[in-house]
Amino acid sequence: MILYCALPDKRNLATDMNLTLADVQKIAHLARISVTPAQTEEVRIKLTGIFALIAQMQAVDTRGVEPMAHAQDVSLSLRDDRVTESDQREKFQKIAPQVENGLYLVPKVIE
Amino acid sequence: MNWEIVVGIETHAQLSTQSKIFSGSSTAFGAAPNSQASAIDLALPGVLPTLNRGAVERAIRFGLAVGAVISPRSVFARKNYFYPDLPKGYQISQYELPIVVGGALAIVTPEGEKSIRLTRAHLEEDAGKSLHEDFHGSSGIDLNRAGTPLLEIVSEPDLRGAAEAVAYARTLHALVRWIGICDGNMQEGSFRCDANVSVRPRGSDTLGTRCEIKNLNSFRFLEKAIEYEARRQIELIEDGGKVVQQTRLYDPDQGETRAMRSKEDAHDYRYFPDPDLPPLVVDEAWIERVRGELPELPEAKKARFMRQYGLAAYDAHSLTASREMADYYEATAAALGHDPKIAANWVMGELSAALNRHEIGPEASPIAPEQLASLLARILDGTISGKIAKDVFEALWAGECGGNSDAIIAARGLKQISDTGAIEALVDAVLAANPRSVDEFRAGKDKAFNALVGQVMKASRGQANPAQVNEVLKKKLG
Repeated sequence: MILYCALPDKRNLATDMNLTLADVQKIAHLARISVTPAQTEEVRIKLTGIFALIAQMQAVDTRGVEPMAHAQDVSLSLRDDRVTESDQREKFQKIAPQVENGLYLVPKVIE
Repeated sequence: MNWEIVVGIETHAQLSTQSKIFSGSSTAFGAAPNSQASAIDLALPGVLPTLNRGAVERAIRFGLAVGAVISPRSVFARKNYFYPDLPKGYQISQYELPIVVGGALAIVTPEGEKSIRLTRAHLEEDAGKSLHEDFHGSSGIDLNRAGTPLLEIVSEPDLRGAAEAVAYARTLHALVRWIGICDGNMQEGSFRCDANVSVRPRGSDTLGTRCEIKNLNSFRFLEKAIEYEARRQIELIEDGGKVVQQTRLYDPDQGETRAMRSKEDAHDYRYFPDPDLPPLVVDEAWIERVRGELPELPEAKKARFMRQYGLAAYDAHSLTASREMADYYEATAAALGHDPKIAANWVMGELSAALNRHEIGPEASPIAPEQLASLLARILDGTISGKIAKDVFEALWAGECGGNSDAIIAARGLKQISDTGAIEALVDAVLAANPRSVDEFRAGKDKAFNALVGQVMKASRGQANPAQVNEVLKKKLG
């Protein structure tokens, strides 16, 4: 299994243990998780521990073993191409913070 | 310096399924906002995606049509990014193991046929739509499109310049419609292209730094955007600058591309296999069944038209632009029974012109192939000339005389005059009325002969058989 990492300089997290505080902030930002400066060092230590575990797994010789994409050795079941859902908009929009003309309203985003 | 423009294209083709790729919501276009967004499309907690067999089948059909490998096992992955029209916070796509690998598409260029290699085609879900106007500082989100099945088709950077890129996009567009996997409606966004553009000195075999132009939803915009972007990069390099890899948007109003205002980490998607979806397994029996159901493909039909009907490559190419056009032609040729070339000329000429004028396809033509064939039969048996036939065609189009060309010819008195006595009388009258032309012809002016032919045709209101007019005139003057 390949670990897709989020380090700014493309280091491989699974082999490089030198996770910095800046790395932690970057990962937190990508995940939209707020990590206060006080928490950063604690998160860094926890993450480093997780990566050490991954590094241990990566070190196992897996030559000749076909990689799995899923923890269970099963394949996807498929459904027929039929419309089975009906319009439930009213129900769904009752729990939405803000709606207008059938649209969900969110803080303005523009690319 | 002499620059070469290198283009690769990523196309998002919306698959023509009834329901979404991972939910049972309808994919119909134009419904009231969020009326086709189910709990799965909204990403409510506890829901699970179930893959639509129809979407997989269409991907297989595409792969077989381009001679690609259909992966026996492919994997869905999560592409993580945050945007309100993507409620899960990730798009389900395929990353390392896509369903379609390789393949190629043949395009026609002024220099001849060229094969464009495909990298891959993978299944993924579309996002919803964000509306930024009129919500007093908020954005409005419509999730009807969220979860619509897409096939992303990626080409190798084998295209040279805007014209080839457009030829590729058109060929691909025709193919996905031909095999019935996508309706190809570009206004509704069913077929949209991203172009990866770079430039390099001609003769170089390394690729330059590329920019990606997003969401081009017309062939014209695709062409203009690539032309502008290539010019921008060349000017930048010639002025001593460097192309920076980035995503750009084409602004059709200004006719230019602009860098998207994105953060540098926007492309850090942190893909990983989706734990909700085990690998997709496609067995050989399924692939063979789909192969058996494939229609005759454009390339094969083109080759057969050349062989079976003796058509030139260009004509065969035009007539296989769409399945509807090819079917119309074949039905016309079959009804006519002989001379498939005159059928080709009329389908590509008068019929196509009229269809374009009315912006409809051959399947909606008010003139059925059998009606066109019976009109052409009257040209072939000498009842009417090709010129008069154009008038009959117009009348047929308008539905005159119940769409019966023989009735139109009779009602309008258009039958060609082939009676020698009648033509001789016409010729005598014209010779008597134009003594100067006669003298000029006798003095050696060949042009005068054509003028006399013209006069006779005019006198017959275009109905005299031109070959006979020539013959009689020659005899009388000789």
